[in-house]
Parts: sequence; structure tokens; C-alpha cells
Amino acid sequence: MEPLTWFGAYGSSFAPLLLVLVTLAITCGLCAALLAFIDNTPRASFSLFNGIAVLLLLLVGFTYVFNGLAGTEGGAMPLSTLGWMLGALAGLAIFAAMLAWFLDSFFDNPAAFMGILFKWAIYGIAAVAVLWLAVTLLWQGAAHKEWLATFDAADMPSAEEIAEHERISRLQSLGILANVIMRFTPVWIALVVLYGVSIRYKRRLGLYGKLFDSVIGMIGFGLVMFWVFTAFFVGVFDMIATHASLDQATGMKNKLPGTPLMGATPEEFPVYLLGGDNLARDIFSRMVYGSTIVIQIAPLATLFAFMVGITLGLPAGYYSGKLDTALSFLANLILAFPVILLFYLLVTPEIVETGLPQYMATVLFLFPLVFMGVLIQSRFRTQPQKNIFWMALILIPLFLIYAAAINDGGSHSKIRFWPLDFFDIPPGILVVFVAVVFVNSPTVFRIVRGLVMDIQTRDYVAAAQTRGERPWYIMLWEILPNARGPLIVDFCLRIGYTTILLGTLGFFGLGLPPESPDWGTTINEGRKLLSIYPHPALPPAFALLSLVLGLNLLADGLREESLKD
Amino acid sequence: MGLFILRRVMTMLLTAICLTFVVFFLTNLYPNLEKLAKTEGNMRMTDAQVESWLTENGYLQPLPLKYAQWIGVMPGARTLDDDGEETGRCIPPGTDPAEAPRFCGVLQGYWGFSTVFKDPVSEIISTRLGLTAKLMFWVMLLMVPSALLIGVLAGMREGSRTDRTLSTFAISTTATPEYVSGVIFIAMLASSRYGLGPLLNEWGLIAGNAPFKGTATGAMEDATFQNFFLPVLTIALYGMGYIARMTRASMAEVMTAQYIRTARLKGVKFRNIVMKHALRNALIAPFTVIMLQVPWLLNGVVIVETLFNYKGFGWTLVQAASNNDIELLLAVSVVSVFVVLVTQLISDIGYVFLNPRIRIS
Repeated sequence: MEPLTWFGAYGSSFAPLLLVLVTLAITCGLCAALLAFIDNTPRASFSLFNGIAVLLLLLVGFTYVFNGLAGTEGGAMPLSTLGWMLGALAGLAIFAAMLAWFLDSFFDNPAAFMGILFKWAIYGIAAVAVLWLAVTLLWQGAAHKEWLATFDAADMPSAEEIAEHERISRLQSLGILANVIMRFTPVWIALVVLYGVSIRYKRRLGLYGKLFDSVIGMIGFGLVMFWVFTAFFVGVFDMIATHASLDQATGMKNKLPGTPLMGATPEEFPVYLLGGDNLARDIFSRMVYGSTIVIQIAPLATLFAFMVGITLGLPAGYYSGKLDTALSFLANLILAFPVILLFYLLVTPEIVETGLPQYMATVLFLFPLVFMGVLIQSRFRTQPQKNIFWMALILIPLFLIYAAAINDGGSHSKIRFWPLDFFDIPPGILVVFVAVVFVNSPTVFRIVRGLVMDIQTRDYVAAAQTRGERPWYIMLWEILPNARGPLIVDFCLRIGYTTILLGTLGFFGLGLPPESPDWGTTINEGRKLLSIYPHPALPPAFALLSLVLGLNLLADGLREESLKD
Repeated sequence: MGLFILRRVMTMLLTAICLTFVVFFLTNLYPNLEKLAKTEGNMRMTDAQVESWLTENGYLQPLPLKYAQWIGVMPGARTLDDDGEETGRCIPPGTDPAEAPRFCGVLQGYWGFSTVFKDPVSEIISTRLGLTAKLMFWVMLLMVPSALLIGVLAGMREGSRTDRTLSTFAISTTATPEYVSGVIFIAMLASSRYGLGPLLNEWGLIAGNAPFKGTATGAMEDATFQNFFLPVLTIALYGMGYIARMTRASMAEVMTAQYIRTARLKGVKFRNIVMKHALRNALIAPFTVIMLQVPWLLNGVVIVETLFNYKGFGWTLVQAASNNDIELLLAVSVVSVFVVLVTQLISDIGYVFLNPRIRIS
């Protein structure tokens, strides 16, 4: 079986069209940029940056895709072709300069015109991409049918042979990219449904609905939900991945993307879509499995950090004085540690042996309980009936989970008193979780403290104080809801930061076991042979990048929309 | 002002003491000491041997006592080894025990002896810090001007397409941690088989197979554009976005101020408004941010130095931490606390000096 190409059987037919559009886009972009440079009108200045951005992106994209990874054994683009392309770019630039000069002397506002042309060229490129995908998906079986037609009715191959040939021929006409897109089908469906419903009912959905008014926010949300759905479908239904995360195949060590498996059984997926890593495991599947670890830990850890930060930050900001001084000193102390030193001190196997992470979990996991308890108590203090009901309803399950979470049945475990230990958190995950919560809480504390100090001076707080409300009621039911805007934005940003921290831990080989498929660990594995085999490290790197970028864009969109009120 | 600085220095000292004690406590936990004994002595030591090794080297004394010795307020412990000779932390090998000082700690200027590098800690720290200072200097030189430029360009017309494009760029750089951008840069620019390298070589533009080097080990002695640019760029890029966003916010705020409108209505050219009226006021806030960014850069330094194998301060931190080199780790944490708190102090003082409103009142 031949190795897969990046764009499949129909990729080459779209190349001329794409070339025309790209030429147009670059010429117009450059031209508009130059014109904008000549007469510095506010309207035109955007094209300067868009032009440069597009040029850079295209350059990077071309070098990367064609020269870097197109090299599935024989199918690499010859270097001279790339050279021609770069030469052509330079030629285009000169042409654009001449055109700009020409237009400027004859037309009224050529920059705007060129800008519009540039925009349509970009739309055209997008349309070609969609068209390519549609054609590739619709006609993926064509090669197989042709092959079948070459046989007479008399000497037809056996049914198994036909099925086998159809499978491989479909894979090959799809190419690597379309295959990857196909693997994510459930995610696309879920995204379309989610966006359809959300946009339809966006006026009734509050802040979440408003998100769909901002393009940036929508893109960010899409990226985040892409990985959330991926983690969901992989973790729960085991759908997207082509191989198990630890499966090794003979002869697949460091193989390039699209390499077929040797002697694959009919049940196996016969190709490593994004190649094999240095232990001959499938990079695509590992990347996809890695998302489950990140999506499980990052939001939950951030939530815990927020519980800790809010529970401590509210009184510190509200009472000020000695309590504030002490807590702030503690927070600054933790923040003065370089994060990586802290990780090295907290996350080594030796420290795990001492049980320190478990003790820390005991303290840190207590905060949600305290928070919920105070929340209910401050609200229903005067209504004992309701108070007891809500306390029981929320605190008993929380306590059961808490006790089960800190208890561990393992032989090294230091805390093992609880008979109802329903689940054990794998020690690696627990350590990482605790470390990340510990590092994040002081910053949240500082943010909450600052917000409280600011909001405290408002009239409604004074009104509540005059009413004779208790301090905790004012903090939790007057101040906290009014601080929600900045806190929600920071929550999104902080999930992104936590993801980066998790990656950092993996990058230094701390916490999670070395065979774990999470992104940080895979990047760490891949970086050792980076200049010879770049392909194992790049997919997890881009995955991590896209998730964090999505979270940052989402935060930006939320901030923009919440400011509009 | 004097009182303010004094208070800050006191806080700094207190933080340093607390922090080193935490590091001391964590590195002196028994499993850590056991690992140290096994790497220093012999991997196949029995539990009893480990214990005797630790006792001999003074690791099993009570924690506060050991800490006081490290600070230099208690005399250094001495023991007799198998040959009947007196050894201890205050007696360097090859000197007469009788002549050795009784106290040897940080107060006496003795930072200890590194078990990994087999060198005095103070020497290691000073050479490594020098290397990292070189890296940071170039990072600052690249990062600060470009971040300010991006921020000012984006902030001068808030909401324009320029602003959108540049803000998106700034967000993407803050979303790209060093270990991601570093890996991408190496794969594209420093690989001899992929990326731009082979092409440029074919054109005869570069002699080797890659325009940049994937390792910066050579840059420790002789930093060139070829071996030093990628690590510098990797750190600078991550820090750049944040500063640019702060500058943008500050610039956008200034541009809505009354005096800018007055200048506009007077018919001052836009270029002059930005350069003469807005810029100075807009750069106050970014200054503090730049100073506060330094501790964050320290993190990036650790990652980048590990990735590019540049043996500076961050690389030393990783080596010390992964080998439980107690005294080196303590020195490293003292230095980093110092850096964090001094930059905070500078940013506070600088803010006061830069902002006329605060300076005069």
C-alpha cells in the first residue's frame, strides 16, 4: 500500500485555482498595503497589516506543509519548486508595487478597491478549501469503482479482497487531511448542533448568548468546544482515535505522516495518520487521547483554585487589617517562588512518597465545602428549616466525594481511614492537580481581594450594612455577584494558563507517568529528536496552542460583550 | 520614600527567610535525603547504610539546627569519619580542621557546596547568572521595543482593523507557551532536514543545512545571531503579547482624554498628537508591567534554557532540583526571590517617578 498524501486524489486538480487566488490575494494585499503606506488614511491602514500577516502566513504554510511534511516517502515536493514559488512571490511584490504606483496616479481611492479585492480573494481561497473537501468526500469511492470495472464478471476477486481494496482506496483518495477531518465527524456534528441552537436562542441565553454577537468570541468558543467535544467522544465513547494510545506497531518508529502499517489486520486502521513517534505509537491517537487529560484537569483545577481564592480573598478584602496583611504575605510568598521550582519541590516521586500531596489535597479540597457551607448559612441563617435542608442536600454528597478523593487505597497512601472509598484518583493526577491548584490560588486571591476592595465602596454595600446584614452575607450575596464579570473572564484566561502549566509539568517530565499521552509529556518526548524528526512534537504543540488560544479569544469576547452592558 | 523602601526591604528579608525555610523543609524530607545519599554514595545502599551516610554528613540533625547552620548563626556540625579525621560543612577538603572557621553560613558569605557540580555554590551561581543576564538583556532588547510599538499602533485607533489584527497577534503570542513556540521554531528554522533550512542551503544563501541552530550551548561563550536568536525570540514572544496588550489599553485610554481632543480640534496632525501628546502619558503603565514581567520571564528562561541546552541559571535550577542539590537550590531560590521582589520595588518607585500626579502630591 502506498503512503497517503496530504490532500488526497483530488488535491492536485484544485492547485491551479488555488494558485490563481493566492496570486490575486498576495498582489492585492501587497498593493493595498503599499497604497496605505503612501496615503495614510485611517480606512486603508488595515491592509498594511493584513497584507503582511497573510504573506507571512502563506510563506510559513507553504514551507511547512509542502517542504516539511509532504514528504511521505516519495511524495515530497521538490525543493526547486518551492524555490520557484518564493521567486514568484518576490516577482509579485515588484508587480504589486508597480500596480500600486499606477493605480495611485489614476484612481481616486485605490487602496479601498484593492482591499475589497483582497478580501474576496481570501474568501475565494476559503471557498476552494471547502470545495476540495466536498469533492474529496463525495468522490472518495470513485477510484475503487474504476478498479472494479477492470474485471470481467468471470474473474471477479473475492468479496474480502474487494472490501479490502475499497477501504484502502477510499483512504488514499481522501488523503491525510480529509481523513483527519473525517475522524472528527462526531465533533463537527456536535459543534453544528450547539452553534445552531445557541444562535437560534441567543437572545434568551444571557451573557452566553451575547457571546454569539462577537466574532472573536465565537471563534474562541468554537476552538474550546472542539477540544471539549473531542475529549468527550474519545473519553466516553472511544470514537475518534484510530489506535490505542499505547499500541506499538512494528516498523513504525518515527515514520512520517500517512505511513501505512505493515501487515495490518482488517480490524485495524491501516495507516498512522500523523505518523509514528519514537516508540512507534500513533501520534494522532495520542494527541486525541491527550485532550481528555487536559480537559479533565484544567477546568476543575481552576474551579478549585477559584474556590480557595474566593473563600480567602473575600474576607481579606472586606476586613482588611491584620487578616489581610497575613493572607497577602502568604500569597506573595507563594507567588515569589518560580513556578517551576515549586513544581520540582512538590511533584517529585520522593515527595509523593511522603504523602505531602495528599495532605495538601486534604486542605485544598476542603475549601469548596467551606465555601458552600458559608454560602448557605449566610443566606438561610434566619430560616433554620431551609438552612438544614440545603446544608444536608449539598454538604453530605460533597463530603462523601471529599473523603473519597483524599483517601487512597494504594500501598503508599498516607490517608486511608474512609471505608466508603468509591474511587481512587491515580496518584500522578492527584499530585499534578494539587500543584496546579496551589500555584493558581494566590493570583485568584489577589484578584478577588482587589475586586472586593473596589466594590465595597458602592452604595448597595452600604445599604446592606445599614440593613444590618452579616458580613458574610454582604460578601457572598452582595459583593460576589457584582464581581462576576471580571471573575468569569479571568476564569477563562486561567483555564488557559492552567493548561500551559500542565504542559510545563509534562515538559519537565513531572507528575504524570512518562507514557501518558498528555500534550506536555508528548512534546517532551518529541523534542529529543526534534531537528531530525519534527513530526511527533508538532501535533500536540498545535493542539495545546489552539486550546489556549481558544480560551484567550473566548475571554476576550466575553470581556467585550460584558463591557457593552 | 526612605521609610517605604525600608519597609519593602524588611518584607523582602522576611519573605526570603520564609521561602528558604520552605525549600529547606521540602528538600530535607527523608525520601529526598535518601535519594541524595544514593546518588552521592552508592545506588545499592541498604537502609542502614543510607542512614549512617546521612548521619556522617550531618543531614540527620534537627531541621531548625541545620537551617541555623546554613544561615550562619550556629556553628557548623563536625563529625569524625572512619579514618578518625574531623569533617564537616565548614571544613573544605584538604584544610586543617583546627584552622577552619566555626561558623559558615550565608551570613559569613559561604553559600555551601553543590553536590551535583562539585563546586562552591557561589561560583556556580555567579557564572550561571551572568549567562542568563546575557540572555535576558537580548530578550529585553527585542521584546520591549516591539511590544511597545505593537501596543501603541493598536491603541492609537481603538477598534480599527489595525487594532484587531495586532490584538489578535498579541493574544496568540500570550497563548503560545515557550515550549510550543520553541518546538515550532526549531522544527521550522533549525532542522537540517525540514523547514526552511535545506532550501536556503540549495540557494547557496547559507553554508550549513539550517539557518539557525537548535541548541544554544555554543552561545554561552560566543553568542552569534545563528545560535542565540531562537532562544531569545522564544522568550520574547511569550512576554511580548502581555506588555503589548497593557500598552494598548493604556494608549487607548489616553487617546480618549480631553487634552487629546483639544489638540485634535486645534488641528494638530495625528502623527504629532500620538508622538508628542499621547505617547509619554501612555507609557507609564507599561513600565510597571515590564518590571513585573521579569519574574514571569524567569519561568520562560527555565524552559528555554532546558529546550536549547543553554547552561544558565534556569538550567542550573532544573539540574539542582532534579538531583535534590539542597544548598544550590536554596541559593537559587534566594536569587529568584531577590529578583521578584527587587523588580516589584523598582516598578513601584519608577511609577512614582514617572507619574507627575503622584510625584507632586
